[in-house]
Amino acid sequence: MSAEFYFGVEVFLNGLMAGVMYSLVALGFVLIFKASGIFNYAQGVMALFAALTLVGFQNGQIPFAHLINTIFGTELSTFGWTLPAFAAILLTLGVMILFAVLVEKLVLKHLVNQEPIILFMATIGLAYFMEGFGDLMWGSDIKKLDIGIPQGGNRWIEDHTAFLGGDNFYGFYIDTLDIYAAVIAAILVSSLVLFSKYTKTGRALRAVADDHQAALSVGISLRTIWVIVWAIAGFVALVAGIMWGSKSGVQFSLSLIALKALPVLMLGGFTSIPGAIVGGLIIGVGEKMFEFLIGAPFLGGATENWFAYMLALMFLVFRPQGLFGEKIIERV
Amino acid sequence: MFYREAGDFKTTYAEDNQTFPLKLDRIGYYAILLVGFLVVPFVIDDYWVSAVLLPFLIYSIATIGLNILTGYCGQVSLGSGGFMAVGAYASYKLMTSFPDLSMIIVVLLSGAITAMVGIVFGLPSLRIKGFYLAVATLAAQFFLVWMFNKVEWFYNYSASGQINAPERTVFGFNITGAEVQPFVAYLFCLSFVVVLAWAARNMTRSNTGRRWMAIRDMDIAAEIIGVNPLGAKLSAFAVSSFYIGVAGALLFSVYLGAAEVGEAFGISKSFLLLFMVIIGGLGSIFGSFAGAAFMVLFPVLLKNIMVGQLGWATDIAAHFEFVIVGALIIIFLIVEPHGLAALWRVTKEKLRLWPFPH
Repeated sequence: MSAEFYFGVEVFLNGLMAGVMYSLVALGFVLIFKASGIFNYAQGVMALFAALTLVGFQNGQIPFAHLINTIFGTELSTFGWTLPAFAAILLTLGVMILFAVLVEKLVLKHLVNQEPIILFMATIGLAYFMEGFGDLMWGSDIKKLDIGIPQGGNRWIEDHTAFLGGDNFYGFYIDTLDIYAAVIAAILVSSLVLFSKYTKTGRALRAVADDHQAALSVGISLRTIWVIVWAIAGFVALVAGIMWGSKSGVQFSLSLIALKALPVLMLGGFTSIPGAIVGGLIIGVGEKMFEFLIGAPFLGGATENWFAYMLALMFLVFRPQGLFGEKIIERV
Repeated sequence: MFYREAGDFKTTYAEDNQTFPLKLDRIGYYAILLVGFLVVPFVIDDYWVSAVLLPFLIYSIATIGLNILTGYCGQVSLGSGGFMAVGAYASYKLMTSFPDLSMIIVVLLSGAITAMVGIVFGLPSLRIKGFYLAVATLAAQFFLVWMFNKVEWFYNYSASGQINAPERTVFGFNITGAEVQPFVAYLFCLSFVVVLAWAARNMTRSNTGRRWMAIRDMDIAAEIIGVNPLGAKLSAFAVSSFYIGVAGALLFSVYLGAAEVGEAFGISKSFLLLFMVIIGGLGSIFGSFAGAAFMVLFPVLLKNIMVGQLGWATDIAAHFEFVIVGALIIIFLIVEPHGLAALWRVTKEKLRLWPFPH
């Protein structure tokens, strides 16, 4: 086998890992969409906000320091302490839950029974709001997020795969962080599935997803369920924010991963958790392989920007509900 | 008192069907046109034109375009930024390839080219609906921006990757380039706005427009009563893209003068246009103007207050702008999901009774 072939395999593996990262974001979308029929555009910004908050807590930043300084002419910046990663994560989780409660109370409650497109627009408004709010609260400079997950190429895999190729092949390069992300994603998904299958709240969640009216009539509180779902989505956003933040720094572009998660959702179907995972893997592998085989040699590169959308578009023309989505039945 | 139809007798079908059924409205409409064409050009200065009037006029065209697609035909599109880029690059190529071509024709041709691109990207809408279509139009957005970045022919192999509008004249006045008098640019855009808005208003109440609305309200039912979904959807995509392309061409050539595709026509522009449509009101020509005015004027106002009056740093002001715009969008959706146009309608209904309660 030639080194070219092994390089292709390496691209494939890295594509799988990138796909896991996309799935992490897509998961948050699916959760909210299933439970409330809301297409939550703010999911990406939630990840950004969670990561910002986490870094802020870890470094002991004073919230709104910049704003306070501007208004009162003070020179505040940090409290002067640093928090261990675990405590900071717990605190951030608390903030995300508080956020879920506020969203339900201030936004969703007033928009019950509106058309889906109105709700979608409301979440775009929410995304704008949170983006500005997060920047006001913690500052807009690029921050480094480090909670102790090792980074860089994995030596063990490189050493143990080097024998496959010839002299020019040094083993597969896979980022340790990506491996952690894959494991964490697997744990996250299985615990979510277990949660929705075997707990009382999980059953209520599924009931609401099935039929709002019927769930209401057997005494399930829609509003509580929405708070729970948004809190879980906030937790998923936190995980995604930690992973993406450790990988590429906490900055504005983090919120754009929401856009990358959209084709994943379209491939997998908006209503399916396994779909989000499979869709993420297909998109991740697809765009990396396309860039490697066709994009970089023939099209001048950077095809990753649009390949996912085109793939999803082509796919949807043949199967409008996605891979695992419920069949769309239309009646007059 | 004066705002009633009493005494305003309609004797023909055409009169009964006019856009402004009340006499006061008609007078107001012509008065606004008169002021816009004959008074404003003589009193404006450079700041007003470049900060307020030009963006308002150009975005109005784009918003009408998106409103035709989203508000009248019900097809949500997030690709409008990409279509504006098509209009801009088409006008650039036309301006540089045919230096003698009149700017009016250049702008119209750019719109026509964008319409063709719009039809191509509208084809999937026959199979894909709702959100799925919204996401599918993202493919257009990202692909087009990537293409204008990568294919050097589009920016004439310039080293910077930017496009710069060469100097062109209309009726002897400079309309692009460095030495444009403010009133010329204003009148040029205003003429396009008036003609296109008039056309849009009449299109939407014609056979074509009723087909679009039938598709919007329920496409299967529309198909059963004999509306051809292919024709209706593609014509909506074509007309909408034409408007957006014209807006893109004007934005680049008259307003910006130089543009870099990722910056000027990125995904944020698509969202901006969608906000204008939603805030203004889906399915309303007046709403398109109101939405564009709101989204253009509001940031200028905020910036003037925060940076000009309070003396805050610009980055804090920018963050605040995000917070306030986001909050406003949510508040708008809660208070009046049908936008400024619906508020205006309610006000007019109230006015007809005023000052008597019944």
